[in-house]
Parts: sequence; C-alpha cells; structure tokens
Amino acid sequence: MGTISLVKARKAFGDAIIIPGVDLDIKDGEFVVFVGPSGCGKSTLLRMIAGLEDLTSGSILIDGKNMTEEAPSKRGLSMVFQSYALYPHMSVRGNISFGLKMAGMPKDEIAAKVAKAAATLNLTEYLDRKPRQLSGGQRQRVAIGRAIVRNPEGFLFDEPLSNLDAALRVNMRLEIMQMHKDLGATMIYVTHDQVEAMTMADRIVVLNRGNIEQVGTPLELYNHPDSLFVAGFIGSPKMNLMDGAPAAPYKCATIGIRPEHLDISREAGTWPATIRLAEHLGADTFLHVDAGLCGMMTVRAEGEYEVASGAKIFLTPEPSRIHRFDKDGKAIRK
Amino acid sequence: MATQQTRALGKLAVAPSVFALFVWMIVPLAMTIYFSFLRYNLLDPNIACSLMHPGQLFDAENRCLAGFSNYTYFLTDPAFFKAMGNSLILVGWVLGISVAGGTLLALLLDQAFYGRGFVRIMMIAPFLVMPTVSALVWKNMMMNPVSGFLAYLFKLVGLQPIDWFAHAPMTAVVIMVAWQWVPFATLILLTSLQSLDEEQKEAAEMDGTPPLSYFWYIVLPHLIRPMTVVILIETIFLLNVFAEIYVTGTGGRAGNLPFLVYQYGLISNDIGGASAGGIIAVILANIVAFFLMRMIGKNLEA
Amino acid sequence: MARAVSKRRKLIVTVLAWSIGLLIFFPILWTILTSFKSEGEAIELPPKFLFFAWTTENYAVVQERSNYLLFAMNSILLALGSTLFALVIAIPSAWAMAFAPGKRTKDLLMWMLSTKMMPPVGALIPLYLIFRDFGLLDTRGGIITVLMLLNLPIIIWMLYTYFKEIPGEILEASRMDGASLGKELLYVLTPMAIPGIASTLLLNIILAWNEAFWTLALTTKDAAPLTQFIASYSSPEGLFWAKLSAASTMAIAPILVLGWFAQKQLVRGLTFGAVK
Repeated sequence: MGTISLVKARKAFGDAIIIPGVDLDIKDGEFVVFVGPSGCGKSTLLRMIAGLEDLTSGSILIDGKNMTEEAPSKRGLSMVFQSYALYPHMSVRGNISFGLKMAGMPKDEIAAKVAKAAATLNLTEYLDRKPRQLSGGQRQRVAIGRAIVRNPEGFLFDEPLSNLDAALRVNMRLEIMQMHKDLGATMIYVTHDQVEAMTMADRIVVLNRGNIEQVGTPLELYNHPDSLFVAGFIGSPKMNLMDGAPAAPYKCATIGIRPEHLDISREAGTWPATIRLAEHLGADTFLHVDAGLCGMMTVRAEGEYEVASGAKIFLTPEPSRIHRFDKDGKAIRK
Repeated sequence: MATQQTRALGKLAVAPSVFALFVWMIVPLAMTIYFSFLRYNLLDPNIACSLMHPGQLFDAENRCLAGFSNYTYFLTDPAFFKAMGNSLILVGWVLGISVAGGTLLALLLDQAFYGRGFVRIMMIAPFLVMPTVSALVWKNMMMNPVSGFLAYLFKLVGLQPIDWFAHAPMTAVVIMVAWQWVPFATLILLTSLQSLDEEQKEAAEMDGTPPLSYFWYIVLPHLIRPMTVVILIETIFLLNVFAEIYVTGTGGRAGNLPFLVYQYGLISNDIGGASAGGIIAVILANIVAFFLMRMIGKNLEA
Repeated sequence: MARAVSKRRKLIVTVLAWSIGLLIFFPILWTILTSFKSEGEAIELPPKFLFFAWTTENYAVVQERSNYLLFAMNSILLALGSTLFALVIAIPSAWAMAFAPGKRTKDLLMWMLSTKMMPPVGALIPLYLIFRDFGLLDTRGGIITVLMLLNLPIIIWMLYTYFKEIPGEILEASRMDGASLGKELLYVLTPMAIPGIASTLLLNIILAWNEAFWTLALTTKDAAPLTQFIASYSSPEGLFWAKLSAASTMAIAPILVLGWFAQKQLVRGLTFGAVK
C-alpha cells in the first residue's frame, strides 16, 4: 500500500550539498514528522518525495515501485503547501475538483467526491466562494480537501499550520490527527515546531544540515536523544546542557538535564542557584536561575511557586534522568 | 528550484526572444561598425575616391576603405563639439530641473488635499504627450514671438517678448523637454514616497520631528534610490532626444548628437561619417549604461 | 490610515496644488481650447479662454484634408500589432525565467535590458539601408517589427516582475494535481497573470503610440502613424493653429485616457521593476 522508501537520496545544487544522502523507510499508514531548524533540508526532502525536486542521485520507492523519475501527479501522493497554494481565480469547488478534472474523471463522480469532502471539512456552504473570501483556517481546509479527494496513498504536509494563529493551530492539529486515524493513509509532515512533532507523530525524523540525526517515536527521542542536537531540539523548555566542571563527576564532556527533572529545595542540594526570573504559567512555574559554575539553567516547578528574584535555592538532578554526551556530542549509554 | 524537465522546456521558451534580441542588437551594430570604416556616400559614386587616392583598397561591393578617417573627420568637425555640448546642456539641465522639480511636486502630491487624483493626472499628462505634438504646441502656441501665449504674458507685464527659437533655441528645447520629463520624475518619486512606511511617519511624529528634519533624515534617504533610477533612465532617453529638435527645426543651433548623426546620414548621405558618429554615440551611451545596469542589477538581488 | 490634517492646511495645499497642476497642464489645456476656436480667434491677442465662438469645424477640416483617419489607423495598427507580437514571444520567456530559472537567468535579463541602452542612432543607418534594400521602408510590417523589438525587453521585464509575484507553490500544486505544462499555463498561470499581462499591454501601447524616432525615420506616408502626421504640420501649414490643435488633440487624447489607467504600470515598466 503506502510505503515510502528513500535509498541514498541525495540533492545538491552545484557545489551546495543540501541532502548528502538519506536512507529512510516509512511504513504504510504511518504518521512521520520531519523536524529540524530552518534550512535543515526537511522541505527539500519532502519536495523530492513529491517529485517537485529532482534527486541528484539515489532513489525513491513508493509502494515498492521505483518512482524516482516519475511525474509528481503519477506518484499517488497529495501535498498540502505552507501557503496553501490555492488557485486564487477558482472557487472552492474549482480548487477541490481541479485534480480530478485533470485526471479526466466523469462530472457526476467529481461532484459526489467534492460534496463528500466538503461535508467532512465543513466547507459545504463555502463551495462557491473564492479563496480570498475565506479565513486562514478555511483556506487550510480547502487545501486539505484538495488533497483528500484524490484518494492518495500518502499525504505530504509542508509546514501547513505555520500561517495560522496559535488557537487555530491546536484545532487543526487535532483535525489532521483525526483525519489520519479515519483515512489510515501514510502521512509525512514537515514542521520546525517540535511541539507539533511530539504531539502528532508516530515517528519523528530529526534532520540537521540534511542529515538524519535520529529517527524514533516521540518518547524515544525525549528519553534517549542520540545526540546533543536532538537533546537540545526536542522538549520545551529546552534541556539544560552543561560542560566542563559540572560534567566531570559523570565522566563525560557534557551533561544534560531537563527542567522538569530537577528537584528544588530551599535548604540543600547538589547545585546552589540564584533566582533571576520566574515565569508563572499557572499550572507550572519556570524558574530561570543562575547556577554558578553550571551557568544559566531553566527549572520547572509544579503549580504556583512563590519566590522572589535574588532568592537562593538548591537544585538536585534526578540521577536516572541525566543525559551524558561525549566530546563529539554523541550520547553515552551505559 | 525545478526539475530537469521544466528547465529544458524553459530553455525552449526563452529561445525566440533571445534570438530576436540578439539579431536586433548585433546585426545593425556590426554593420554600423563596418560602414564606419568605409568611404561610403549614397550620392557620391566610388570612382571619385579611387581617382583621388591611387592604391585605394576596396571591399567586395567596390566601396573604398577609409580606415579611421571617418572618425577623425567626425571628431574634428566643429559641429561635433557643438552637438556634444548641446547634448550635455540638454541632459544636464533637464536632469537638474526634473529631479528638483519632481521631488517638490511629489512632496506636494503626497499631501492631503481636495481633488488629488485629478491634479495628479494633470501633472503627469505632459509625459504622455507625443513628442512631435509637444514640439509643435510649444513652438507655435506657447513660444511664438507674436501671438504665442508666453509673448502675451511678457507683454502683459511690460516686457519685450522673446523670439525663443531665434535667440535662445537651446533654452527653448530645454524647457520643452523638461516639461515632458518633470512629470516622469514626479510620478516615480511619488510612487516611492507612498511606499514609505506609514509607521515610520508616525514614529517620527511621536518623536516630534520638525518637518525639515523629517524630510532630511527620513524622506530624502528613502528617495535616494528612486532618484538614481530617475537620473539614469532619463539620461538614456535624454541622450536620444530627437523628435523635438527635428520638428521644431532647431537642429542647426540646438542639434544634439543624434541629430548630427541623422544629418550626416539621411540628409548629407554620408553613410561612413554617420556610422562613425553612431558608434561614438553607442560608446557614450554604454558608459552611462554601465552604471545603470550595475544599479538595477543590485536591486534585482534585493 | 487617515491622519488628522487641519482644514486650513488642507485648503492651502489644495490651492497651491491646483495652481501648479493647472500651470503644468496648461499647454495641453490650451491646445484643447484652441482646437475649438476659429483660426482668427486662435491667434488673437489677448487670448480668449472660454468666451469665444466654440466650433468643431477644425476637426472636420483636419479629417477631410489630411487623411487623419489613415494615420490614426496606422497608429492603432502599429501599437496593437507590435504589442501583441511582442507578448506572444515574451509570455513563454517570462514564464521560463520566473519559474524555471537557470544559473544564467539573471545575466540573460540584464543582457535583454542592455539592448534597450543602445542609442537608436547607432542602428539608424544600417536599418535604413536594410529597409530600403528589402522594400520595407514605409511598410506596416517593417515598422511593427522594429517597434516590437524596441519594446520587447521592457515587456519581458514587466511580465517577469508580475510572474515573480505569483507564488511558485500554486504552479507546483497544479503539477501535483496532474496538470501538464500546457494546462498549467492555460488554466492556472494565465488567469492569475491577466492583470499583469493587461498592464503590460497598456504600457506598451502607450510607448509604441508615442515612439517618434523610428516612425519618423522609416515611414513617410503609407505606414505613417500620428507622430509623422503631426510632424507634417511643422511646415507652414502649421500656422493654422486651430487645425494644428485639433490634430494634436486627436493624437494625444487616447493616450491621456490610457495613461490615466496605467499610472502605476508606467512606473514599474519604465524603471524595469526597480520602483513599484
């Protein structure tokens, strides 16, 4: 069905190597998120799968068939673009049906499919509007509708939520996850937002400078980051990373401890620290502290933690939650 | 950012225009260069030059080769210096007037007032007037020494009317051409003024910036780029002014370089000399173009 | 955003702007007024502004005497013909440069622009001779070709800047939707680019209509447009100011109207997209 494999997929523009060579197998029905900072090559990789970019070398297999040279529309994939890329001169109906029309589907069949997709996406009453008369969220739905009607083996999402405001983003995130559950199709989703990655993915692919840093389930990445890069990228607020003196007792170059894995005491602990700033979120309080040799650290305290700036506290890491890294930034596992 | 297939199609799509422009640029230029080395007069048969200069070399069509003599002749012709001078006066004055005037008019049009749209089209209109029409209207109805409108105004304030085309032909041409190009500068500077960030204006207002400082520190720096564009583009067009001089018959005293080349070629039928003049004009234009291309190229990067 | 402007200031600016505007517009206004006067009143001093015997007789005479219609027809044919001809060549080129750029696309654009820098006198002599030898002097086909080539760089540049504003993702979406290149251009690009194409057309018609170097040098009668028609009034016949004014009004009126619609496009086209 909808398996997608990359075999030594490589992309270079002249001397500039964007993707040095990626191997990846995506299972049928899986929800895979490509995540990484901007410029890491995640969008390029997605566009290579879509067929919008050539591979410099290597191949792409979809459903076991080599599709490296195939035209984008012949790959059985649909794509939702960051800017939605709706046809501004066509109505919502026209936008959703364009792909079917190009495929030469009979008119009544198109009408039925469009009606069904519109009903699922709550777009029925907007079918005759032009994209510019729709809100951001509605445009997003049209883009998804356009992708759904073609019944693809797989969906490709290129940062689809980055143009929406925060509240809408959470909603759409849930809807896309629901859609994945209902359709059971393979989905590849590109984002730079690690929260989206953590909440949506079956598996996350962390990319850095065109290389895969680590592939795994969200919790694998959270609990066992393979490298400093993944450790710093996954989790919010970021993991505290310390090198030099604080790392020495642990026999490694760098240690990392997440803000939520530090015990706070007003009397005693491993590291003394001075409060600089406290962010009160209600359910949690994030303390930004100056921990002397350890530098600036972020600590999560549960609930409402009343504390004055300048107050002294002590921090103690949970021993089992300490991540150790060697001097090349690779994780040291016991 | 595309696949190989689209790139291949792209090359095919660009080919016709590249080919057309290449031919358009290279063929006449090559011919002009070639002619500029010939003693080639449409009225004067070639026999004359072979009689005058025994041992003369000929090309395939039996026209005698002239070496650089056309260039030396053209460059030492007093008319050339006159024409160069006229070209420079015309370009210099019109540029000065249109940049200064255009800035003032653009600032004025950027204010809020009643009937702004209508005033704007009135101010831009001269640029849309066909050069031959502008030339005749100015020559007759405005500047005629007896019944022209300017003569009437002069008499009204008790001055002696000026016979513009007899006594100050260059001034007359500058006025005429500036009338056409001030609107162009106004239009471009106004467009640019209107793209000035509204929040920047408001920030300056909150800071209590006095109007002159506001102009000097915020507006003027913003206008520098469009001003350069105006200067360079106008220079290209002003170096090539022809119709105004041709139609008003001021070629004798206010003729510029293009007019001189026209005179050499289509009036005196001296193809060799005219070609040498044409090449000199091309070289001069290229010096200007060099700077223009660099600047537009930079804007393309941005 | 409306900003508070005092009434007084607004009135002062209004008076000032209208005065200067009328001053600049005066030669055109005067021409239009004169075209409705009798020849006698046209040269009468002091001049009469509005209170003269209005007549449309001059227009009738100009039509009758000088075959105005033939010249006007030539102007229309040359402007439209050269513009459409250029668009047919320019649209695919601009598409390719905007959406499938290669390493040398920028150089190519700059080079196209550079052909515009060539002073016409540099090409006048050979072109005149070529036209003479091939019997192209004073033919519509010949002058249309010249005007087309003259403005092709501007057209390509303008279309290029308009196409550039169309997000490439939309064209890619159509490719994902299975549209072939032809359908992509026909159903997606062209409808989206129609405003840009229309502005380009408008600007180029204005430029071609007013072109007064090549039309003066290469036409005399059969293919001569209004530029040449007006130039013929520089002879003593030009002393008939009312008729000259009527002819001039007819020559510039269409362009004044078009220009009013095309102000923004003029800026973009004439500065090669450097000022929008």
